[in-house]
Amino acid sequence: MAEATISQPQEVSRAGGAQGALVRVQDVHKVYTRGSERIDVLQGVNLEIPRGDFLALMGPSGSGKTTLLNLLAGLDRPSQGAVEIGGQRIDRMGEGQLAHWRSRHVGFVFQLYNLLPTLTAERNVELPLLLTHLSASERKSHVATALAVVGLADRGKHYPRQLSGGQEQRVAIARAIVGDPTLLLCDEPTGDLDRKSEEEILDLLQALNREHGKTIIMVTHNAHAAARARHIVYLNKGQLQAEQIQ
Amino acid sequence: MKFLPLVWSNLRRKRVRTLFTLLSILVAFLLFGYLGAVRNAFDIGIQIAGVDRLVMTHKTSIILPLPLSYQDRIAAVPGVVDVANATWFGGVYQDPKNFFAQMAVDPERYLRLYPEFLLPEDQKKAWLADRTGAICGRYLADRFHWKIGDRIPLTAPWQKKNGSNSWEFTLDGIYDGATPATDVTQFVFHWKYLDESRVRRNGMVGWYIIRISPPDQAPQIVKRLDALFANSDNETKTSTEKAFMVGFAKQVGNIGAIITAILSVVFFIILLVAGNTMMQSVRERITELAVLKTVGFPNGLILMLVLSESVVLAVVGGVLGLGLAWLLIRRGDPTGGALPIFLMPPESAVLGAAFILLLGLATGTIPALEAMHLRVVEALRRG
Repeated sequence: MAEATISQPQEVSRAGGAQGALVRVQDVHKVYTRGSERIDVLQGVNLEIPRGDFLALMGPSGSGKTTLLNLLAGLDRPSQGAVEIGGQRIDRMGEGQLAHWRSRHVGFVFQLYNLLPTLTAERNVELPLLLTHLSASERKSHVATALAVVGLADRGKHYPRQLSGGQEQRVAIARAIVGDPTLLLCDEPTGDLDRKSEEEILDLLQALNREHGKTIIMVTHNAHAAARARHIVYLNKGQLQAEQIQ
Repeated sequence: MKFLPLVWSNLRRKRVRTLFTLLSILVAFLLFGYLGAVRNAFDIGIQIAGVDRLVMTHKTSIILPLPLSYQDRIAAVPGVVDVANATWFGGVYQDPKNFFAQMAVDPERYLRLYPEFLLPEDQKKAWLADRTGAICGRYLADRFHWKIGDRIPLTAPWQKKNGSNSWEFTLDGIYDGATPATDVTQFVFHWKYLDESRVRRNGMVGWYIIRISPPDQAPQIVKRLDALFANSDNETKTSTEKAFMVGFAKQVGNIGAIITAILSVVFFIILLVAGNTMMQSVRERITELAVLKTVGFPNGLILMLVLSESVVLAVVGGVLGLGLAWLLIRRGDPTGGALPIFLMPPESAVLGAAFILLLGLATGTIPALEAMHLRVVEALRRG
């Protein structure tokens, strides 16, 4: 039986070092059209993120944060430019390839948790593993590990409606990390939580980054949340404006 | 199999709605199974008709008799192997609602023509030796709790020479069917007893059953037979047993067409009901489907998951419906005698299984395609 693990930390290298950047975004544009109106959401974004980083993407509403995150997750395609992750040009992948790539390399955390209400916490966490060749007992072991990492080992049988908001988000994080992905992408992960739960989630993300070496990219409006990241990147009107190293 | 809990959990999401949809499918397949048995009961005579048997009746009407003297002339026609006669009796046992077929026959010839009637040798001997004896099918014996040796009184339209319409028979044998489709509801007795006792139509029989060889020569043999009695007082009309049964069944209307029409309407309505349920079910969880895609579920798998839900719904409802129909059919003829061979034909079960699958796929295809083509970013934004 495969051993359930969450990967160990690696040296963070902003410059990419010998391995190069994990995420490389080059001259990315994203244009939407609404009727006859053209909306330039991203306008020539360049960004490199090293493996093991914890990056916060900040900016006002409509600045293109979530669009950039969706591009990094392979949920959307750039109108122009290149998105390379772990040496793979995901902007050139087909639908099927992207789905497979996401299942292997991306863990996504949503603002509103987006757990499936008809499944228990365990079953929700197990979802990404259904796409693997793991046996039922192996999946169970991985799920138990992920739930233990987020501190909800005793809540596996609970349905989302039986959990608090903070607990739901922890389950969502467990679902995101259970497959040991290369990248953890979080879209306003504390946006719907009270202060206490927010702190717990940020502690958890920080621990995943520091203790387990997860590369995390987090979109947030919240300066307090962003302060937990190693780096903060500011987006405004579709362009990167500043970078802050903490 | 590992995706089954996911499919099942979605079906349990709106339990009342799922239950009502399930019930509507169940009722549709209950009707399908039950009406299939009704249609089969009407068609069974056609299905079991012997390919090498002809039936000769009076040219004008089936109710007009033919002379017994025709029998030897028929037997002499080239291609005819054997011939027997039968005469409709039309008696009533205790109550007019106790309807069943009674026929006066030449016992030996009749049993030769219908080898599918399995009668034990000792019972056959007893019957042949007993002028007022009769035999009946197993179904009939069970229905009226008759046993061998019972005296069975029938009131018939035939008047006896003593002025009475009461006829009494001794049950000498009970026959079984060689196949489940064999008619085991007949009551047959000696034509001689009828002919010697009645006051009119003496020397006449109802119709002839003729075995021919080879069967593919039937059209030519039919021509020869009818030509034999052309321009006589009793002209004949000969047809294959199958054609005879079709004509007999048509006397009560085209049951098959009526049942097909009813079932078509029922299935069309069920298609709309189940299809609407699936459409609603998918639209209610656009965000969840987008989450699955985000996690990495490929389009093909999303399609299969939604299709599986509609197929599971159709399979559960359909199998329960067919099962319930089978249980009801097992209770036997609901008319108390008009549909003696009342069973679910195997082709009904096979066709039912095909319809179940078809219904599941038909109701799930459009929502499944909608789910498959869902754009994650738009779905998450809408959610």
